[in-house]
Amino acid sequence: MSFFDYFRSNKKPTSAELAKERLQIIVAHERGKRNNPDYLPQMQQEIIEVIKKYVSIDQDQVSVQLDSNDDCSVLEVNVTLPD
Amino acid sequence: MAKIIVVTSGKGGVGKTTTSAAMGTGLALQGFKTVVIDFDVGLRNLDLIMGCERRVVYDFVNVIKQEANLNQALIKDKRTENLYVLPASQTRDKDALTQEGVEAVLNELSETFDYIICDSPAGIEKGAQMALYFADVAIVTTNPEVSSVRDSDRILGILQSKSRRAERGEVVEEHLLLTRYNPSRVEAGEMLSVADVEDILAIPLLGVIPESEAVLKASNAGVPVILDAESDAGQAYDDAVQRLLGKELEHRFLQVPKKGFFQRILGGR
Repeated sequence: MSFFDYFRSNKKPTSAELAKERLQIIVAHERGKRNNPDYLPQMQQEIIEVIKKYVSIDQDQVSVQLDSNDDCSVLEVNVTLPD
Repeated sequence: MAKIIVVTSGKGGVGKTTTSAAMGTGLALQGFKTVVIDFDVGLRNLDLIMGCERRVVYDFVNVIKQEANLNQALIKDKRTENLYVLPASQTRDKDALTQEGVEAVLNELSETFDYIICDSPAGIEKGAQMALYFADVAIVTTNPEVSSVRDSDRILGILQSKSRRAERGEVVEEHLLLTRYNPSRVEAGEMLSVADVEDILAIPLLGVIPESEAVLKASNAGVPVILDAESDAGQAYDDAVQRLLGKELEHRFLQVPKKGFFQRILGGR
């Protein structure tokens, strides 16, 4: 860093910091999906179809998540019902 | 029993073939009988980087299809003792590499060699899968750049789930090799640092190869860059070979060479 750099305000993250932040987010996201079984997307679709028979909802109002711990897996289905 | 090492990355153009040639040559120089296999069927290039392109008669696919035996296809390196190359074929037939065929070739090589280096093609298709499936050790070649780091993480996921060792409940020994590293850009905040990449990929660091003119010069001449002992990249590869063999060496070429007093005041490069 040169002498004159000390006078500049340095609030903006450097481009390397930006790169690291973006990478950390996308890599964590993709790692989370890595161990998901292949049937998950289709199961999610079918769950949505069943709910749709009774309540009118959009695709994005249902989230299906599979969390695995050491000895048990939790399938979490979250449905936001309209008012 | 040979140790099988895959040089892989996911992304193309990050230095897999350069690394395969350098590490193979380095291991052979240490006295280990080493063969480097090009898995990039249809886009053979290892022969060119190692300077034996005009001596290719039979290739990997010929051996798998039993059109030639291994001794006919193996090219003995002219510069380095103990070093052999098994070139890829230029056929466009993607299904030429079968798991059984690759396994048979690796088993036969395993009887006489100490190290088998598998130079993976880019991507995650058949060739890349075959290159990593039988690996005991993986050298994940990565550039300090977002797409390369992301693809390396994806390849690590495949190593941990789709390799033979993973299927047997064993682990593949993983190593990070950071290539095309530019310390002055890192210092300027324009490039991911070694620590950043280590943080994200979370695997042990085998070496850092600085961005170097020597690499292009070496490939122009068809001489593995590790043989350019004067060059920074050559020395960095040599360190990486030593570390792979278990030696503990400090990482070099991570800092910008120190500037003088006046250069610092004026901020010149």
